[in-house]
Amino acid sequence: MSTLHRFHGGIHPAEHKQESSERPIARAPLPQQLVLPLLQHIGARAKAVVQAGDRVLKGELIAYAEGTVSAALHAPTSGTVLAVEPRAVPHPSGLPDVCIVIEPDGADQWDEHPSFDFCPLSKAELLARLRDGGIVGLGGATFPTHVKMATLVQTLVLNGAECEPWITTDDRLMRERAAEIVEGIAVLRHLVSPSKIVVGIEDNKPLAIAAMRQACAGTDIEVIAIPTLYPSGGERQLIKILTGKEVPSGRRPLDIGVACTNVATAYAVHRVVNHGEPLMARVVTVTGNVAAPQNIEVPLGMSIAEVVRLAGGALPGTTGYILGGPMMGLHVTDTSLPLVKSTNCIIVKSDRLFPPAAPTLPCIRCTRCAQVCPAELQPQDLYWFAKGRELDKAESYHLFDCIECGACSYVCPSSIPLVQYYRYAKSEVQAQHRERAAADHARERHEARLSRIERDKREKAEKLAEKERAAALARQQAEAAAVSPPSADDAQALIQAALQRVRAQAAAPKNTDNLTPEQRAQIAEAEARRAQAQPVAHVATPKD
Amino acid sequence: MLTAILIMSGIALVLGAVLGYSALKFKVEGNPLVDQIDAILPQTQCGQCGFPGCRPYATAIAEGAADINRCPPGGEEGIHKLADLLKVEFKPFGEGMAQPKTKSVAFIDENTCIGCTLCLQACPVDAIAGAAKQMHTIIASECTGCELCLPPCPVDCISMEPLPQTVQSWKWHYPIYTMAVTK
Repeated sequence: MSTLHRFHGGIHPAEHKQESSERPIARAPLPQQLVLPLLQHIGARAKAVVQAGDRVLKGELIAYAEGTVSAALHAPTSGTVLAVEPRAVPHPSGLPDVCIVIEPDGADQWDEHPSFDFCPLSKAELLARLRDGGIVGLGGATFPTHVKMATLVQTLVLNGAECEPWITTDDRLMRERAAEIVEGIAVLRHLVSPSKIVVGIEDNKPLAIAAMRQACAGTDIEVIAIPTLYPSGGERQLIKILTGKEVPSGRRPLDIGVACTNVATAYAVHRVVNHGEPLMARVVTVTGNVAAPQNIEVPLGMSIAEVVRLAGGALPGTTGYILGGPMMGLHVTDTSLPLVKSTNCIIVKSDRLFPPAAPTLPCIRCTRCAQVCPAELQPQDLYWFAKGRELDKAESYHLFDCIECGACSYVCPSSIPLVQYYRYAKSEVQAQHRERAAADHARERHEARLSRIERDKREKAEKLAEKERAAALARQQAEAAAVSPPSADDAQALIQAALQRVRAQAAAPKNTDNLTPEQRAQIAEAEARRAQAQPVAHVATPKD
Repeated sequence: MLTAILIMSGIALVLGAVLGYSALKFKVEGNPLVDQIDAILPQTQCGQCGFPGCRPYATAIAEGAADINRCPPGGEEGIHKLADLLKVEFKPFGEGMAQPKTKSVAFIDENTCIGCTLCLQACPVDAIAGAAKQMHTIIASECTGCELCLPPCPVDCISMEPLPQTVQSWKWHYPIYTMAVTK
């Protein structure tokens, strides 16, 4: 049993896990329509390979991963592509983005989906299979797994902490499908060759811990119960708890030899390898103000409205929905939004469960936010800098180490929306970096253009000078000729000189004169061979 | 007395030689301030400041010949940065002068273009592809939105299209909320 470490700060929000954790994972029936955004992972948008009117089979590739950091997308069921067009997507901007809309035909007919043995495959090949299987981190960040698992590490951390209140998808998955998760871990082990594999689970999930321990019995995978403390499921926090190592500011866990991924990702890896099933469904917790809170395995692209209906429907008093947990989730009201790879939870809000935020008061500099910040930042300073739009200072106070966990806002006695300020500052800084890069690029092009114009000018001037020199020379000669016109004697002399040159050329020895005896013998031999060859050629074509 | 004078003048000579040598050895080429100003300017090369490009404007600012509030594409953000760099007061955009606009890129109506190449010669960043009597087109990813191609076009086939906001270019806005006020 390894010793556990503690990360800085953390909070204990009310858990609300019991509501949904006691029902087994249900399977969703086929919906009327599926809307699949092309961008539901970190990185570049996937490139659609289908168009309106195409018939697709279940598991068929409908968009491939474009670029290194990207992930493929597959049809969750058989049917017809209705459109590839901008639709509302779950994004804080509320802006539409390109989606593939599929109308299921009800047959749920599979495309060919052979499972494969991963052991003989090269690492690159296996990673490509994960990419083409659309596998991304299912904890919520949706970072493409084939990118994360491309580096060898010492420690592989499986994240089963599930620290956000209300969410129980990983809990149910570990309770019901522990053996499959372990098979997925075997594939990941093959990829990153760790010397140590640990599964971290918060101790408020004793049944999941027991199930995982049982499935891992006889292997070297260590299942560790960690104290319940939000946000222990944050990648950096979990690594600190389990290994004692801190990921340095501005670096990634891979830089210190640790890879961390969610248990649901390991399950998805198992499905793609051992069943040939790409990622096209996920387990989602539907909880809050619904009749029957529970976990449901839902095809990607199903609308929130339909998923909520499967859990008995929203109860009266519903004020909205949270996609994800209450601490970091996205608050929406549009129920036509599709479920995407990152949606691990749909919480139906009501004023009883989520009372409206208290009115904001001025900051009283109590520094309770700094006490709970798991990234060891000074949230009150970052708040002042963001509020005053002093972005450089915010950046120098490690704004980008903020994981937006919301612990600071949670404890703030003045109810200041701190995370909103950090998000504003972050996106503003990122936009400035983008603009800076664009400006540098434009400067480069402008300078290249100026130097090209300069070069063209110089070359033209040189050519002109050359021409003028030639013209001047010609003029000089003409003038010289005009001064002394050629006399008859001169002409005679010129003719004589030319004749002499011709004669000299004729008198010069030819290359067949003055040969050595050896060279003569060689010539004679060659002549003899030619004489012999001629009758043979004649025999070879008797028809002549 | 004499020794002291000799020692002092000796030190002065040595130090003077060191200074003279380093002045030659570590001579700064060009004006570094111009580079710093140029790094802040948005490089659209649009000439709205009245100078033929960003670098000439940067040179003018460095020489004190131009104000810092003459670059609309840089926005107020740019003026703030220039003010910080030059340790001067912030100055808003002047009345009646060019004002910042939303970022746009040029678009050529390909039905109207006659292939005259005039816009090609005007584009400061070579963002227009085309040849004589061939249809021209804008390489949108390279276009800085400087609008320099608009005036030379004899058939007015170039228009400026504002860049649409996408989920990738979207920014979180500044938090606005009402504060509780009690009497």
